[in-house]
Amino acid sequence: MKNIGDQPGLPSKIGYYLFLGIGAFISVFPFYWMFVIASNPRGAASTLPPTVTISDQFMSNFTRATGMMDFWTALGNSLFVSTAVTLSVLFFCSLAGYAFAKYDFPYKHFLFFFVLCTLFVPQQLSILPTYVIMTKLEWINTFKALIVPAMVNAFGIFWMRQYIATSVHAELLEAGRIDGAGHLRIFTTVVVPIITPALATLGIFTFMNIWNDFFWPLVILKDRSNYTIQIALQQLFTTRDGLDYGMIMSATFMATLPLLLVFLGFSRWFIAGLTSGAVKS
Amino acid sequence: MPQSQPTAPARETMVRKQGWLTERKRSSLMAYLFISPFFLLFAIFGLYPIVFTLYLSFYKWDALGPMTFVGLQNYRFVTEDPLFWTSFTNTLLISAMGTIPQLILALLLAVFLNSSITKFKKTFRVLYFMPNITSIVAVTLVFSAFFSNGGMANWLLGLLGIDPLAWGSDWWGVKIAIATMVMWRWTGYNTIIYLSGLQSIPTDLYEAARIDGASRFQQLLTITLPLLKPFIVFTVLMSTIGSLQLFTEPFVYLGQGGTSSTREEGLTMVVYLYTEAFGNSFFGTAAATAVLLLIFTIVFSLINMWASRRMSGDTGGGAV
Repeated sequence: MKNIGDQPGLPSKIGYYLFLGIGAFISVFPFYWMFVIASNPRGAASTLPPTVTISDQFMSNFTRATGMMDFWTALGNSLFVSTAVTLSVLFFCSLAGYAFAKYDFPYKHFLFFFVLCTLFVPQQLSILPTYVIMTKLEWINTFKALIVPAMVNAFGIFWMRQYIATSVHAELLEAGRIDGAGHLRIFTTVVVPIITPALATLGIFTFMNIWNDFFWPLVILKDRSNYTIQIALQQLFTTRDGLDYGMIMSATFMATLPLLLVFLGFSRWFIAGLTSGAVKS
Repeated sequence: MPQSQPTAPARETMVRKQGWLTERKRSSLMAYLFISPFFLLFAIFGLYPIVFTLYLSFYKWDALGPMTFVGLQNYRFVTEDPLFWTSFTNTLLISAMGTIPQLILALLLAVFLNSSITKFKKTFRVLYFMPNITSIVAVTLVFSAFFSNGGMANWLLGLLGIDPLAWGSDWWGVKIAIATMVMWRWTGYNTIIYLSGLQSIPTDLYEAARIDGASRFQQLLTITLPLLKPFIVFTVLMSTIGSLQLFTEPFVYLGQGGTSSTREEGLTMVVYLYTEAFGNSFFGTAAATAVLLLIFTIVFSLINMWASRRMSGDTGGGAV
């Protein structure tokens, strides 16, 4: 049953694993090498033959990095913005998804179709006027400019609608209604507990996207003290000649580590979300 | 719990007793309330900006002073600017170099990963997906070290007996470096999409093909690829749209060296747009660039869809 194709011999088995292994090596090696460069003396990125072993200079490299950037402030800024957006996206997208999945109202199908259409509008098309709006609101250089436009998005609504439509049964909602619970109360006590897995996936994805975002923070943030971690890292990379890669890699490593740990801890949710999202669209 | 499901008419009368009409109106109202945040935000930060971008593309404006109507002049400026066409060519070249090998590799990895003899599937999936969670800035910085003058890339070339390349300034070198970054970050993502597609193909199809004496390569051509087509179309479309918007990699990799402008070798359309608006304060031409970018995106998406429809016609004819 499980066999696809003939039972292959040992040589082709070795071939399979060699190919998959090289793929895995290429995927992981840059992470390892990031730490290698971060833990070696500053010129290690350009030695011949290349340095591939970990050394003990990490703290001295990282101290140089924190001398040039407000690393912990930037990390805190990223954490704050990403958390605020994630919480808001989870709330508004699940409410809207719930409405599209379980309520009947005029123009529902048209409105949902409209939501889907907005998925295909490139961000760059609206960046200039949005920038002008932010100037008018005097939100340039504030976190509000990063958080407010991202508070709810079409993908999240689509994702939550698909999940709620299949997993929340009408009888449960009916029962809640007969018990006299209000709309919001039914949502929080009946719907939310059922859709926790979908919330987890959407939350991780949103957090990651905002954490990694570069273009919009680059446009909005002007002050060092407000930089998110991505902008702060880019600012470290200033001069072409005599780049201190040990210092840069130590900060890059420290900035990548939190997300890597979150991913390794929750990889099941990531990959589940990724695959079902692709299947449904 | 089949007994707990009331039949539709029974439910209808049950609810009607409680005053269905007002209840119905109230619930519609609640639904509108629930979906309103999206439409409100989209109106302000989506719809209005799109309309305003179109409008702005016919005006001369520096984002501060008064706007002057200039008709199609912005479009003329942009389309007569050789730098814009450089950015167009660069974007297409880097897209093709980063996407085509990437999707083929992802497909191969997924087919190998889906094979019954492969163990540790979950571990491989996690490892392949790791690059995708890394921020583009981090990816670019690591690969900048890799492609630095005395760095590992040139050492590898040396092993193959090839002269070192100036990856930060050579016309092809820059493009290869950026395409490599794109490939590294996205191959695993597409592998996992393909893998989920492969897992949705029923195994008895292969069973039947094997009984008919089809070789493994024939199975790949006649079963796997046709059934995987929706996934391939999805990934090609997403990769095309994504690579037309390429910005962070070239901006971070090349936007240095004191001048705040990105080297021509790696200038992409979005970098061009960004420089026009936030470097030169030419908001009108930047808006025109944005509109042209949208037109290119639509054209390329349509070409994709057209090509995939044609391809399906071919394979469909062959399979029947």
